[in-house]
Amino acid sequence: MNMLVCIKQVPDTTEIRIDPVKNTLIRDGVPSIVNPFDAYALEIAARIKDTTPDSQVVLLSMGPPQAKDALKECLAVGGDKAYLVSDRAFGGSDTLATSYILSSAIKKLEETEGKFDIILCGKQAIDGDTAQVGPEIAEHLDLPQVTYAVEASVDGAIVKVKKEVDDGFEMIGAKMPCVITVTKPSYDPRYPTIKSKMAANRKEIGTITADDITNIDRERIGLKGSPTKVKKTFTPAVKVGGVKINEDTNEASAKKLFETLCADGII
Amino acid sequence: MEALTKDLWVFIETNDDGSAKNVGLELLCAGRGLANTQGGQLVGVVIGHNTDAAIKAATIYGADKIYSVEGKEFEHYTTDAYANAMFALVEKYGPTSILIGATNNGRDLGPRISCRLKTGLTADCTSLAIDEESGNVAWTRPAFGGNLMATILCPNTRPQIGTVRPGVFKRVVVDEARTAEVIKEDFHVAPEAIRTELLEVIKEAAGEIVDLEGAEIIISGGRGVGGPEGFKPIRDLAEVLGATVGASRAAVDAGWIAHVHQVGQTGKTVGPKLYIACGISGAIQHIAGMSSSKTIIAINKDETAPIFNVADYGIIGDLFEVLPVLTAEIKKLKA
Repeated sequence: MNMLVCIKQVPDTTEIRIDPVKNTLIRDGVPSIVNPFDAYALEIAARIKDTTPDSQVVLLSMGPPQAKDALKECLAVGGDKAYLVSDRAFGGSDTLATSYILSSAIKKLEETEGKFDIILCGKQAIDGDTAQVGPEIAEHLDLPQVTYAVEASVDGAIVKVKKEVDDGFEMIGAKMPCVITVTKPSYDPRYPTIKSKMAANRKEIGTITADDITNIDRERIGLKGSPTKVKKTFTPAVKVGGVKINEDTNEASAKKLFETLCADGII
Repeated sequence: MEALTKDLWVFIETNDDGSAKNVGLELLCAGRGLANTQGGQLVGVVIGHNTDAAIKAATIYGADKIYSVEGKEFEHYTTDAYANAMFALVEKYGPTSILIGATNNGRDLGPRISCRLKTGLTADCTSLAIDEESGNVAWTRPAFGGNLMATILCPNTRPQIGTVRPGVFKRVVVDEARTAEVIKEDFHVAPEAIRTELLEVIKEAAGEIVDLEGAEIIISGGRGVGGPEGFKPIRDLAEVLGATVGASRAAVDAGWIAHVHQVGQTGKTVGPKLYIACGISGAIQHIAGMSSSKTIIAINKDETAPIFNVADYGIIGDLFEVLPVLTAEIKKLKA
């Protein structure tokens, strides 16, 4: 199985705080992590590799040079090779431009790595939360997609994907090659070992620039190639005037709550 | 592509039985003002197998016109069949804007068609307006786990498309006796063009359906419930209120309840009329998933818990003592 996993380095959104005076996001000192959903996608690829001989897992990320740190981490938990798509010309790309760049890079990579049977992405990145880049890569490459996957296994020319839906799960069969986007499974991704970390550190990470992708359409990348524009950003309003109930006993608090809800027409 | 009309479309997602999901009807109500400002019609798009019920619903919830695509291949959602049908409709009729409910299927479909149309898509919007300067739709959405709101425009390409979070807008019948122009498109997708197949449906524990996105009331438990049996008082209250049971990541990760119940960034994003958070501290990822609820009640022993910052009603107390009393009082009221 020849698999590609897309990785994004993201700020740890649990560590983000709001500047109480300026009312802006404090991003300084916020640690960078591998997008958790991408780590789940990598785990699914690694599990397929564990059970399928002659498999490889290629990692692809787009971002500034420091995104190599994220790729190094992923090389220690199942990745075999890693490439970083990085160029100032890619800056300011929205999801359409990003997916165009990534799909162009994938086509370029396939010249040397062979056709990928399965392309995996996290369902969304925790900074942008759009869940668009995976399906858009599938569209650019004209591949079938299965979103919200929690498990996947290969069965002949088909990959069987357990997909989360509103009322449980579905088992979906998708013809390979295909794109799978991954949500949180019931298991944790594997941990690196000292040995796997050392091996990952010795690996070279290839860089792919705009010039390397010879037939890329420069009109479709970066700010210029992005149909969506950010008009403004702001921090959400904090709810004020919430009612606090803290009576002497829990029973009294519960009764007070009930009376308040009735009076306000909530119940 | 160029817009051929000034129409605003709403994708009316259907259930397998052909009925309309609530979110499409909510978006018709939200879309009326936008369509009027844009100077076009409000159009419902229904794709499914038996679409009569959804067409009727779209009509009474305010659509001026309905395009429908019907066929056995549309009974159960597949990316290929739905994207092909939607794309064919857009190419033929050229709307200026499209609203899609941000359900799993909506967020699967949206990027597929916006990418095919080489236009912009804004995900998971919580507020919609028309930008006064430019006349474009102003799509507002949370990012960075709900820490930041962004307003996005799609100024140069058409249609401008957004997925919109379920439960944000109210659904109100405009007029039971309304009529709408219904245009049934004869469009079919060849079996070989559908590259995925539903092999098996796996319902959660004995057919329990957990529709958090469509729920009007959600009662969630977190670390404070202490174990799987700690969900008992939550389930009791849920039964009395006809509510759906949710959970925080902490409770799911501890194995106390299945992941389909999880609300928050790595679970479902919800916007019910009433959300009751029990023993949930209120990590930013959880708040990102429920802060658009209309009324929020928090019950927590720790009065410094951040959940109280978003709560309309905060009860500082022990959920195991508060909930049974509340349940009993509501039972008495309903009796």
